Amino acid sequence: MLKIEANDSHRVTLTLNGRERSGNARPRTLLSDFLRHELGATGTHVGCEHGVCGACTVRVDGVASRACLMLAVQADGRRVDTVEGLAGDDGPLSDLQAAFRRHHALQCGFCTAGILNSCADFLGRERDPSEAQVRDMLSGHLCRCTGYTGIVRAVLEVAAQRREQRQEERDDV
Amino acid sequence: MEALEQPAAAAPQGEVGRSRERVEDDALLRGAGRYGDDLAVPPGTLHAAVLRSPHAHADIRSVDVTRALAVSGVHTVLTGEDVRNWAAPFPVGVREPMEHWCLAVDRVRYVGEPVAVVVAEDRYAAEDALGLVDVDYGLLSPAVDAEAAAAPEAAVLHEGVGSNVVSERHFHYGEPEDAFAAADHHVSLKVRYPRNSCTPIECYVVLASYDVAAGAYDVSANFQGPFALHSVMARALQVPAPRLRLRTPADSGGSFGIKQGVFPYVVLMALAARKAGAPVKWVEDRLEHLQAASSATNRVSTIEAAVTAEGRVTALRYDQLDDCGAYLRAPEPATFYRMHGTLTGAYDIRHLAVRNRVVLTNKTPTGLNRGFGGPQVYYALERLMQHIAATLGLDPLTVIRRNLVPPEAFPYRAPAGSLLDSGDYPAAVELAERDGGLAELRERRDAARREGRYYGIGFCAAVEPSISNMGYITTVMTPEERRKAGPKNGAVSTATVSVDPLGAVSVHVSSTPQGQGHRTVAAQVVADVLGVPFESVTVNVELDTQKDAWSIASGNYSSRFSGAVAGAVHKAATRVRDRLAGIAAGPLGVAPETVRFAGGRVHAGADDGSASMSFHRVAGAVHWAPGTLPEGEPGGLRETAFWTPPELAAPDEGDHINSSLCYGFVFDYCGVEIDPVTGAVRIDRYVTLHDPGRILNPQLVDGQVRGGFAQGLGAALMEEFAYGDDGSFLAGTLADYLIPTSMEVPEPVILHMETPSPFTPLGAKGVGEGNNMSTPVCIANAVADALGRADIELPLTPARVRGVIGIDEPEPPAGLEPAAAPRGGGSGLRASDSVTMPAPPETVFHRMLEPATLAAIIPGCHELEATGENAYRADVTVGVGMIRARYEARITLSELDPPHSLRLSGVGESAMGSAEGSARVRLTALDDGGTRLDYDYEAAVGGKVAAVGARMLQGAARVIIGQIFTRLAAELGGGQPSWWRRLADRLRGLVGRGGGRS
Repeated sequence: MLKIEANDSHRVTLTLNGRERSGNARPRTLLSDFLRHELGATGTHVGCEHGVCGACTVRVDGVASRACLMLAVQADGRRVDTVEGLAGDDGPLSDLQAAFRRHHALQCGFCTAGILNSCADFLGRERDPSEAQVRDMLSGHLCRCTGYTGIVRAVLEVAAQRREQRQEERDDV
Repeated sequence: MEALEQPAAAAPQGEVGRSRERVEDDALLRGAGRYGDDLAVPPGTLHAAVLRSPHAHADIRSVDVTRALAVSGVHTVLTGEDVRNWAAPFPVGVREPMEHWCLAVDRVRYVGEPVAVVVAEDRYAAEDALGLVDVDYGLLSPAVDAEAAAAPEAAVLHEGVGSNVVSERHFHYGEPEDAFAAADHHVSLKVRYPRNSCTPIECYVVLASYDVAAGAYDVSANFQGPFALHSVMARALQVPAPRLRLRTPADSGGSFGIKQGVFPYVVLMALAARKAGAPVKWVEDRLEHLQAASSATNRVSTIEAAVTAEGRVTALRYDQLDDCGAYLRAPEPATFYRMHGTLTGAYDIRHLAVRNRVVLTNKTPTGLNRGFGGPQVYYALERLMQHIAATLGLDPLTVIRRNLVPPEAFPYRAPAGSLLDSGDYPAAVELAERDGGLAELRERRDAARREGRYYGIGFCAAVEPSISNMGYITTVMTPEERRKAGPKNGAVSTATVSVDPLGAVSVHVSSTPQGQGHRTVAAQVVADVLGVPFESVTVNVELDTQKDAWSIASGNYSSRFSGAVAGAVHKAATRVRDRLAGIAAGPLGVAPETVRFAGGRVHAGADDGSASMSFHRVAGAVHWAPGTLPEGEPGGLRETAFWTPPELAAPDEGDHINSSLCYGFVFDYCGVEIDPVTGAVRIDRYVTLHDPGRILNPQLVDGQVRGGFAQGLGAALMEEFAYGDDGSFLAGTLADYLIPTSMEVPEPVILHMETPSPFTPLGAKGVGEGNNMSTPVCIANAVADALGRADIELPLTPARVRGVIGIDEPEPPAGLEPAAAPRGGGSGLRASDSVTMPAPPETVFHRMLEPATLAAIIPGCHELEATGENAYRADVTVGVGMIRARYEARITLSELDPPHSLRLSGVGESAMGSAEGSARVRLTALDDGGTRLDYDYEAAVGGKVAAVGARMLQGAARVIIGQIFTRLAAELGGGQPSWWRRLADRLRGLVGRGGGRS
């Protein structure tokens, strides 16, 4: 087991949005602080630092996780995906991002990064979610601007679009 | 110049009035927003952490920073002494001798009040050092409850004032006494509106630096205005306004009024940067935000109506008490006066009497919060309308209808001065009744009631004011005081439109948006005026007080964008258009008045088939060929428009005040069902109708309605900043301060009407705050209807609703003791338990008096030294939930009655607040030679531990105090309990055989 003294700096290397990145972290450095201030990935936002608001949600090895409840050293050697990786570097918005824009699913946008990450994880697992399932998934996030309506609609629409696409792909074969 | 050519395709459809995908969203969805904490910081920037008071009311005897400065990485600590040297107290809105500094200088008056600022190389080091700033507090009695604090015997916060009531004003409009004397009925109600906050997900951020050569401060902060507060900040820093350069970032993570309250921290961090000699950044954390950022004003209202037998209200009498917290922080007491002209709501009531009192208490200072002043007024007025109906046996909607301002009366001057600009309230009510399905909702209610279920329908008719009169706050002064001070009025909005050398259009507005989509709407307005594509217009919303056009009304509050700022944008764009028309008129061979802008071209006439030139060619001439311009045209193209509406006059000699420019109309109703077992309130249907004047962008309007509705629902059912009787703050995490999630917020039925305002350039009114005003009381009225009760209080949590219903708790199963209820103060804890000791009472008693035993049995005890007979000083570390605190404790054993009983007491202080506890211990000999030890304890915890751990304290106290006696049993059983013994105890506890318990 890795042992690091309290004030020692440890080199953490992870795969951020498909690219290997590394930086220094002390044992108590939060993953959220490491991503934002050490790696400069400020798309991940910090809203409460006690795991309730969900704004800092990223995907660690594909699983939605609170970056404020994880230490940077725990992410060493793992794959971390953040909002910055959802669309290609200079490419168009992903289907999920475009649906958020269409449905006015964001206003200030501060909670949005975390919500997008939870939705990305969720839609990868649930191909035919009901509104109740979507609302249950979203209940891990606090949004103060939208009243959630646009978010729920956007997620349901993307799920339906992806089902159609899969159907078309099957029909083509 | 370009040759004239024939026009291309038809002009585009107008932008204004269309739903448009927002120009803001692409960046935000990619994580490329630029919020306060994302801005690049200058090299050498240090990081601040704020030491906050754990006490509600205490004198600061001394602050010793020696140990904090010794922490590696700590550069400096700012204290009250520095603040006294470099700054001044903030100006206060009433003429009373009280001082509010950005940092407590001699006394703390609320839990969370800043006491010192540690500046270090990173935030972690700064927070480490907080616990090593030694503050000696002399505790004072707190005044927590608003009504108790207003009583003569209450502890006084500001001794210079001599009372906690810092403002009292009486107002009289019409002939209320005559109306009351003539009335068939007097109906009255006393209601309390609680403390809550719309709590943005992004907390406060400040980045400050000090230029010692210029004596100037440069601060970036996610401040939202009103920029009248820039003057307040500059005066506190004792610099001319240009030497406080204040900038706001491009994006803001929500505000809802709350980020007005960052202004004291702008001053505080500016001073910290000066002390540190380096730029200083501070990012508020959630605990700081909840306990000390800002709060809606809690209000106690007694409201009485003079009513005819038919339910017509002829007069109203308000007696209002606003609790503004520990300091009257600017712009308070504005919670009262924002709504002052509108106290009669949507009703034609001609006679009005008002008493307004402002009381200060040992709680966080209040400030702007979406709906500002509205939820408090409508909670009283609309609860009263419902109560009138219930009292007179009338339908609530009938009472509302009989009193609405009639459509032919607009513009309607309300008795206290509001000039209701436009509307058709009866038609709106009818529309909502029909399209929202009220008849069907009534059937659902009747069916539910036939089955014995609790179902109710609530209504709310509200006027939604927007575009505040900057002079309304002076209504708190007497006419004579106002004469001396000079008039204040108006609301200047600002916008700049410029065209660059390649013909591209840019807009700047000083409206500091926080997610409302101002960039999108400004682009829509300009695209229409200049006939250029929406996508081609660039809008910048950053504000820099040194370079941009702004005025005191700048900022984002009072729903002023669509009515006022979009109007200023329209004016600035129109000036640009008129200049370009003058330039193009010559080459097009027509008079400037006939020149028309559409499709990116400048046309000679109204007909799309007329001759035209491209927009960028005409605009380019002002930069590239000023010599070709007509006489009087100066060249360059940048127009700044300032706009203030003449209707916003200062309060008059009779205290009439048109407190806002526009008054939209909101009519809501809802059906709710109450679970008779849990007390949970379920919204069956919520209908909300809005008439916000002309709608500029329908999608954004619905977005505002949904967001406001969700917040109103939270205020109705979930949210409260709870305080203990000792002033301890009990809602310090988002697990304690509950915000609605996607599971709690239903989809409201949204309906629209459009009655344009005659007073704004585009006919638009504000629409951002209506549901924050209407939804709490609409739901409360439905609950009152469901329960047939008038005495309901917000928030209507399941526990509170159960209390109103009076559901009996079922008896606990045999052998299970119910948990003891907390004593009065939220952190007060008491319980009883017993433990079996493997030794006779004499031995147990004797061992408890030994210091070595005490040191071994007190959990987390590091050191214990005797300070007298049966008195000790100890260092004790205690953890509750996520936080651990190291207490410096005094432990005493008293009331000794060997070998029968004694009292074990402890009092501790830590950086996380204070704790005290006392256990009465009784020993009874058992037949097997052992002893049964019974104990009753009382404990109280304050400060941060109470704020973040309130819901865990009961359990934590039980465990910690229980440990003392189980460890004593282990000691008596032979030495320290080993780890496997503790594990075995724990396992036995888990399977229900209760460790050392009998």
